[in-house]
Amino acid sequence: MKARVHVMLKDGVLDPQGAAVKHALGALGFDGVDGVRQGKVIELDLADGATEAQVGEMCEKLLANTVIESYRIEVL
Amino acid sequence: MKAAVVQFPGSNCDRDMAVALEKSGADVTTVWHKDAALPKGVDLVAIPGGFSFGDYLRCGAIAANSPICNAVVDHANAGGYVLGVCNGFQILTETGLLPGALLRNAGLKYICRTVGLKVETSNSAYTEGYNAGAEIGVPIAHHDGNYFADDETIAKLKGDDRVAFTYTDNPNGSRGDIAGILSENRRVLGMMPHPERAYEQAHGNTDGQRLFAGLMAQLADA
Repeated sequence: MKARVHVMLKDGVLDPQGAAVKHALGALGFDGVDGVRQGKVIELDLADGATEAQVGEMCEKLLANTVIESYRIEVL
Repeated sequence: MKAAVVQFPGSNCDRDMAVALEKSGADVTTVWHKDAALPKGVDLVAIPGGFSFGDYLRCGAIAANSPICNAVVDHANAGGYVLGVCNGFQILTETGLLPGALLRNAGLKYICRTVGLKVETSNSAYTEGYNAGAEIGVPIAHHDGNYFADDETIAKLKGDDRVAFTYTDNPNGSRGDIAGILSENRRVLGMMPHPERAYEQAHGNTDGQRLFAGLMAQLADA
């Protein structure tokens, strides 16, 4: 089983990198970008028998810092 | 006072921290991240600055789950003292010993210079050598020192007098200008500025010395 974990800064948490990307897009002439949020994607190659619940535990314990980040698990 | 300085792959302020503690009169041991236990009778654990595990995933995230950090958490929960500086502060938030998190600096730049700090409380072993309200100069050197916590946590930190230091001119976007915070029992301190780099005349500034002196005074007989 493969799983993809999407980690994003929570709403309300300042994302200076996203803001810089937005600024750079504007400088390139891409108008109409109202906001950019930058996150990360983590792909897990899992042994047979692994469960989505276990991936959830991995997110809670290590992959995301739930003080500032939210995560979404996608089973592939 | 017996102190242990923790070394991770990528720590780079471990020696400076050990020297500051030794010069203050502490008996210092260095411990490795794979050690599962702290030396017996340790009063203070110091988690130094650096880039533990290359800052992979998030600053301090991997270090916070290393064997030695389990022992550090147990030490803190048993009432022991823990000082985390810079990457050490990031690690302490990742372990949950201190609330909040350190985000990328608001200006996106790595900042390395001496900044002004206001001592917000003298009610802790770390800050009792200063007068509350005093302004001191201590170097910072970080890319991710932008302190974040939700409104409720910030209000609680302030209400409980647990903000140890604030920036006089906020360099990194930290909420409430926060540069360092204390745990509920006031024995765990996390701070982004480096007091061990403002220790000797050769550093150009000795404002960090009193933090170590205060600790020694509190823990000398321990």
